[in-house]
Amino acid sequence: MNSVLKLLLEGGRLSTAEMAKVAGLTEAEVNQRLEQLKKEKIFLGWRPVLDLSREAAAAVAVRALIEVRITPERGGGFNRLAERVSRFDEVESCYLVSGGYDLLLVVNGSSLQKVASFVSEKLSTLEGVLSTSTHFMLRSYKEGGYQIETEVEDNDRLKVSP
Amino acid sequence: MDTKKFIARHVVDLPKSGIRDFFEIVAKMKDVISLGIGEPDFRTPWHIREAGIYALEKGKTHYTSNLGLIELRRSIAKYVGKNFSVAYRPEDEILVTVGVSEAIDLACRALINPGDKVMFHQPCYVSYHPSVTLTHGIGIPVPTYAKDNFALTAEALIAAWQPGTKLLMLNLPCNPTGGTCSREQLQAIARFAIEKDLIVLSDEIYSELTFDGEHVSIASLPGMKERTIFLHGFSKAFAMTGWRIGFGCGPADLIEAMMKVHQYSMMCASIIAQEAAIEALERGEDAMKQMRDQYHRRRDFIVRRFNEIGLKCHMPRGSFYTFPDVTSTGMAEKDFAVGLLQAERVAVVPGKAFGENGAGFVRACFATSYEQLIVATDRIERYVASLKK
Repeated sequence: MNSVLKLLLEGGRLSTAEMAKVAGLTEAEVNQRLEQLKKEKIFLGWRPVLDLSREAAAAVAVRALIEVRITPERGGGFNRLAERVSRFDEVESCYLVSGGYDLLLVVNGSSLQKVASFVSEKLSTLEGVLSTSTHFMLRSYKEGGYQIETEVEDNDRLKVSP
Repeated sequence: MDTKKFIARHVVDLPKSGIRDFFEIVAKMKDVISLGIGEPDFRTPWHIREAGIYALEKGKTHYTSNLGLIELRRSIAKYVGKNFSVAYRPEDEILVTVGVSEAIDLACRALINPGDKVMFHQPCYVSYHPSVTLTHGIGIPVPTYAKDNFALTAEALIAAWQPGTKLLMLNLPCNPTGGTCSREQLQAIARFAIEKDLIVLSDEIYSELTFDGEHVSIASLPGMKERTIFLHGFSKAFAMTGWRIGFGCGPADLIEAMMKVHQYSMMCASIIAQEAAIEALERGEDAMKQMRDQYHRRRDFIVRRFNEIGLKCHMPRGSFYTFPDVTSTGMAEKDFAVGLLQAERVAVVPGKAFGENGAGFVRACFATSYEQLIVATDRIERYVASLKK
């Protein structure tokens, strides 16, 4: 596996300069490998992981999980409609899932109203969408692998030990 | 009143650990990046911690069998059989202990008569020689060398052997050198042990952290299971140092003898730790491998940096320690370590803390985040450059 990708998978906390040092590459080489990963559409891009309950991160004030039942089509199955749904800017993530519904969306909006109108005007009116069920998120406990608001565990190792 | 006069002579004569001396200096300083720590920086994986919590919730607060929970001994038998290719009976060939440290102490107390001689390779873990001394045995250090990547050779054993030797202690991969032995080297050591009729105490606590090639347990070699006490634990591979849990496996007679000492001293290992240990063995492999892969990359980084800096450093095949040679700076290892600490606030452990054969080396542990390793090695580079001026 690409050594830069391995470091990204470990949590992505390192800057490109730090990755370069660890992997024994120049920073330019690290960037080159990142570009290559992007070209191959393995690495899609960077996104910050924010605690959305904090005021500073309030750009996305409302988030919802939406379960969507859709009609599959001959030939394309769920793909055409799923791709269409996922193009909306409000949709952060879109997954085809097994179980009682077909698509699970993570939708962002600046207000409850905006998310509601996206669901009622855009999503449910699409041809092939049979039903939606919207769950507004109330609180986040873990975000993208990071614990939220649990006390930081001190590193209380002895400074020297055998 | 002179209370000192009551202390047993062999305890008075026991040298203070070099690590302890150095700890006293470091503990007084602030903002130190320590590469002097002998434990993982990872916390115990959550599912293992959770198993401990669950055990408490379920009221698991009682003594266990002296040998340890039978469920844990079954898990150990399965794990050791699969990963070390040696079969032990859970009923009478496995003893659960309070870390490998207790197992070493038990083995020494169960086997050593006053005056018996015990060989161990050196540089080595700090407690080996004292464990022998405390049981009135005589320690025979056998040197290992950087030129051999600190592997123990049969030639060195043959040269150091003395009549009256009963035990051979091995720690492969080794703390502090990261040294290991190839299968061929182990076969030669096994032949030596059989020829000299020795019991081998094999502390394989770092075995999962073998980065290149296979880990071979000497207990798996022909004729060796019957004369080997295999020691292992959870501290390093599963990041469980503070749980204090380990085990010994061996011939039933020897395990019974160790258990006799254990039952009158420790009684049993903590039941909470035993419950968590079952979880580690049954479902901890993925988390363990993730940690190992990170150690692997950190090792490659720090060894490369030491060599760039001009501190000759062999590639340790296992463990999370590097053992760079500081003689090129013209300084003794302790002066180097103290100087580095004062000038750049980076702690490494002087090699002589691990025995006379550690002279000229320091131990630097890479169980620390990349960020810290980057800063620490940059500081060491600055310090070494300042010495050349």
